[in-house]
Amino acid sequence: METTFRLSGGGGGDGGDYGDDDELELGLGLSLTSAAYAPSSNGALSSQVVGWPPVKTYRMNSLVNQAKFSKNEEEKGVGGNDGSKKKKKNSNKNDEKMVKETGHSGFVKVNMDGLPIGRKVDLNAHDCYETLAQALEIMFLKASSSIRREKQQHSRLLDGSSEFVLTYEDKEGDWMLVGDVPWRMFLGTVKRLRIMKTSDANGLAPRYQEKNQKPKSKQLELRR
Amino acid sequence: MVYSLPEEVLEHVFSFITLDKDRNAVSLVCKSWYEIERWCRRRIFVGNCYAVSPSIMTRRFPEVRSVELKGKPHFADFNLVPEGWGGFACPWISEMSRAYPWLEEIRLKRMVVTDESLELISTSFKNFKVLVLSSCEGFSTDGLAAIAANCRNLRKLDLRESEVMDLSGHWLSHFPNTCTSLESLNIACLGSEVSFSALERLVGRSPNLKILRLNRAVPLEKLSTLLCRAPQLVELGTGAYSSGIRSDVYSSLSKAFLGCKELKGLSGFWDVDPSYLLAFYSVCSRLTSLNLSYATIRSPDITKVISQCPNLQRLWVLDHVEDSGLNAVALSCKDLRELRVFPSDPYIADANVTLTEQGLVSVSEGCPKLQSVLYFCRQMSNSALITIARNRPNLICFRLCVIEPRAPDYLTLEPLDVGFGAIVEHCKELRRLSLSGLLTDRVFEYIGRHAKRLEMLSIAFAGNSDLGLHHVLSGCDGLRKLEIRDCPFGDKALLANVAKLETMRSLWMSSCAVSYGACKFLSQKMPMLNVEVIDENGSLDSRFDSCPVEKLYIYRTVAGPRSDMPGYIRTIDRDRVNTIS
Repeated sequence: METTFRLSGGGGGDGGDYGDDDELELGLGLSLTSAAYAPSSNGALSSQVVGWPPVKTYRMNSLVNQAKFSKNEEEKGVGGNDGSKKKKKNSNKNDEKMVKETGHSGFVKVNMDGLPIGRKVDLNAHDCYETLAQALEIMFLKASSSIRREKQQHSRLLDGSSEFVLTYEDKEGDWMLVGDVPWRMFLGTVKRLRIMKTSDANGLAPRYQEKNQKPKSKQLELRR
Repeated sequence: MVYSLPEEVLEHVFSFITLDKDRNAVSLVCKSWYEIERWCRRRIFVGNCYAVSPSIMTRRFPEVRSVELKGKPHFADFNLVPEGWGGFACPWISEMSRAYPWLEEIRLKRMVVTDESLELISTSFKNFKVLVLSSCEGFSTDGLAAIAANCRNLRKLDLRESEVMDLSGHWLSHFPNTCTSLESLNIACLGSEVSFSALERLVGRSPNLKILRLNRAVPLEKLSTLLCRAPQLVELGTGAYSSGIRSDVYSSLSKAFLGCKELKGLSGFWDVDPSYLLAFYSVCSRLTSLNLSYATIRSPDITKVISQCPNLQRLWVLDHVEDSGLNAVALSCKDLRELRVFPSDPYIADANVTLTEQGLVSVSEGCPKLQSVLYFCRQMSNSALITIARNRPNLICFRLCVIEPRAPDYLTLEPLDVGFGAIVEHCKELRRLSLSGLLTDRVFEYIGRHAKRLEMLSIAFAGNSDLGLHHVLSGCDGLRKLEIRDCPFGDKALLANVAKLETMRSLWMSSCAVSYGACKFLSQKMPMLNVEVIDENGSLDSRFDSCPVEKLYIYRTVAGPRSDMPGYIRTIDRDRVNTIS
């Protein structure tokens, strides 16, 4: 098919992120395997990319809720007697409670200071603070979701080295610093997230145990 | 010689013409045919709610009984479209309530619907029969209560995968005792319990109920009660499918299933307990549709069920089915038309399931009628794809997702270009294709050359240069929807194929390399396109022409730029150099 339009067969053009794809043109693709394909050691995908793999959020929520249900089953033991049935009922209730509180299973709203638009993130897609923070970094702090990031040991949102910190509003309406409580406890209490400028987050909420003892004035003071 | 048939005769003839394509052709023959046709068109389908305005629709077609609208781009399903993007049903419903008092059916997909709109629907259309809300959001059970209470002749209420604010289960009780017309009810997406007694009574007084999809909160112990009330069901979606080990529940359940002589389709199966699986043994031989994609059961149990279903035409399942289960499908289900295999653990690189490309190859060999495939797996090879293509040239829809982006052929470490090339070369009727794995511009060359019937193409993490996109835009004659993410496609291909964009419904590009300047040029050149740029960092004002846009959505329209966009979206205004909101 003749075409007067001619393109250079060169690499990704303007996008710096895709410059390395020049290697692909050899058709060998050998050098790609070590960089992009190797799964990381902890079994997770080598990077968490928004919207990939393309599974509908409805389906993900449903699966995750069931995973929690069956995990509860394993922890509490399944049996034929009334006692275990009651426990099953409770765990169902907890899942439903989670549905009600977060609005739709694992998805919570995330807002970032200075950005007018919020996003939603699926908490159930993560099993620790690290991956959640990294996903949020991709979502909010980079212009495009690129699969190739530098291998980061630690999210800067969590270790205090960024100009932003990650905070959340809990069931009681208080704003707390993300990362202080065990992950599971966090899941049960988080209502929404906020990426806040470090300079605005004054008197960050102390640890969970201390929170119960200290008066309300010690919680996160927000500059609105 | 001039002659014409009387209007009534023409109208009667036209009533046999149902396809939109044909209706549109009829209306182009001459002025009088256009007039007659527009008065007797009863169904409207609007694939992009922003391609036309509600008033344009009502002005041209005054006697419509059924409207179907789609809103957000497909990638909204995967969280790529930010909140507040649009797709608001309200202006459509307001206009229809004014213009179509005899409207009977409304079907909405990926739209934002409010309780007010639902209430308006329930009070505006005296003969309202069908409401389908597919992947919609923005409404609560209060809106559903209004529909239940006011739609006297409601036949179908289908909430397919919508996000509903679940305020209470009591909305179901709003169906009056006089309502006996229900034929189809799908509440599977609702989170909380509905009032079971209200549900039971509703089912009991609906003799025409054929489709019933329950939500997870309906416990298994209660399922047999419902089945006994509705033995005429053709499709059933169960609620939670476990109940501890209770033989009385099992026996009443299997007895109830025995009574359902018309049952052809099953779905639901949340929290499955394998010991209850064969309670529906008696219906297996009749089943044409089985959706086990929420059932987290392992391979031997799935295989046992599948081998009992020789008449299966549609099978949706998790990757727990494994290659062994798919071998059983290939042996037992010779009538299979559609297979979907979903990932049970999408975020783990090495899941604990033996599902490989072999499963799909087996099914392609054993199931001669297979035409639609959605397959998530962790490894693929060119040889497997070539085999599949040769086995099944009758494929119409092929969506493959190799979970790790840019994964090469695991045997040769080469790109999967040749494999997908074989698919488009052999499957000449292919209408829908989703690519994955390591792909170069080569694969797009094959697609442009062979995929002449292709209507929808989804591309992610693929290609090397603009040449790839150019092959697609210049070669795929039938292309209607193109969605691209994370590919190194820039300005050149778009600008060389501007005319093509008007022949398509829409183009979505995110995380590519298209520049702001190219968008402006495109918009100036093509007045019938809306070129919408999405920038969540909120800095659209300070864009230089050379800046790459984050997300781009281009669609043809006769309604001009839309006015309901949030601040982070701009339609590039072709009359000005600088854009304003």
